[in-house]
Amino acid sequence: MKTVSKLWIGIAVLALLSPLGLIIPALFGAGGAWGEWSAEELRDLIGYVPAGMEKLSRLWSSPMPDYSVPGPRRGLFGESLGYMLTAVIGVAVTAGLAYLLAMWAGRKNRQQ
Amino acid sequence: MHIPDGYLGPATYGTLFGITAPFWGYASWKLNRTLKSRQAPYLALGAAFSFVIMMFNIPVLGGTTGHATGTTLIAVLLGPWATIIAVSVALVIQALLFGDGGITALGANCFNIAVAGGLAGWGIYRVIAAGSDVRSKRRLVAAAIAAYLSLNVSALLTAVELGVQPLLERSPEGQPLYSPYPLTITIPAMLLEHVFLFGVVEAVITALVLRYLQKHEPEMLRL
Repeated sequence: MKTVSKLWIGIAVLALLSPLGLIIPALFGAGGAWGEWSAEELRDLIGYVPAGMEKLSRLWSSPMPDYSVPGPRRGLFGESLGYMLTAVIGVAVTAGLAYLLAMWAGRKNRQQ
Repeated sequence: MHIPDGYLGPATYGTLFGITAPFWGYASWKLNRTLKSRQAPYLALGAAFSFVIMMFNIPVLGGTTGHATGTTLIAVLLGPWATIIAVSVALVIQALLFGDGGITALGANCFNIAVAGGLAGWGIYRVIAAGSDVRSKRRLVAAAIAAYLSLNVSALLTAVELGVQPLLERSPEGQPLYSPYPLTITIPAMLLEHVFLFGVVEAVITALVLRYLQKHEPEMLRL
């Protein structure tokens, strides 16, 4: 098998295993990363939301926040499936965009 | 390590866009001159790997989590300029589609993880691995040390950018307007978990993948 195909299989396996990145922290009762709290979480930590943050934090609402698919909460199993699905979507979009950029960047060297 | 919107004031995120933009420009120019289109799939693979490895959150004492970034592994295989583009693409998609890292903080996050992380990882690897055989153990050790240090460079930069906010941005009453914690809190908080856990994870992942490639696809280590 070609090297590239083998490596893609590796990426696919990682995407399928990605829910481990949700389940293992949940087993340990760990939250998000340090310094990445939402405005509400920060209010619980320091008692207020900094004024500038209040405004900026609402600037962008992503379609699949925290790697979850839209819809009601479905427990750890459902969230794991959503996490895996967003991994697949994210990998596909990221790889596609990087590929297009690379083709565009290397367009002068096409024949080589 | 993905700074969200609202943690950096305009002066900081503006400056970091200003610092990162020339690196994006130079990296594109460099790829334009050196990248062959048959290499495009490898850039896509690198970006995809970076995206997915960052989803593997690892819990750490104190109730927070962190993850590896794959930056050094990509830099070892593709060089620093392709890495800057590949990891930046992953960070842009993470911010836009999944709200992981802010839009205003993209300059900062790309600088910390893709630019500084990529250049540090590649540089340290090249110095330690200099002159060694493609299949040598020294390459693995070099990549592991580079990955460990590179992730800690990214973490330290993140901590400094967060920690200077209370100094730079205050309301007339003296309350922080953006990230509230001072350097004396942000640096220990970020570095402890990266020095003792996430950096080690990054080093192990980098060495394991590289060892597999040394055995089965040594051509990929020719760079």
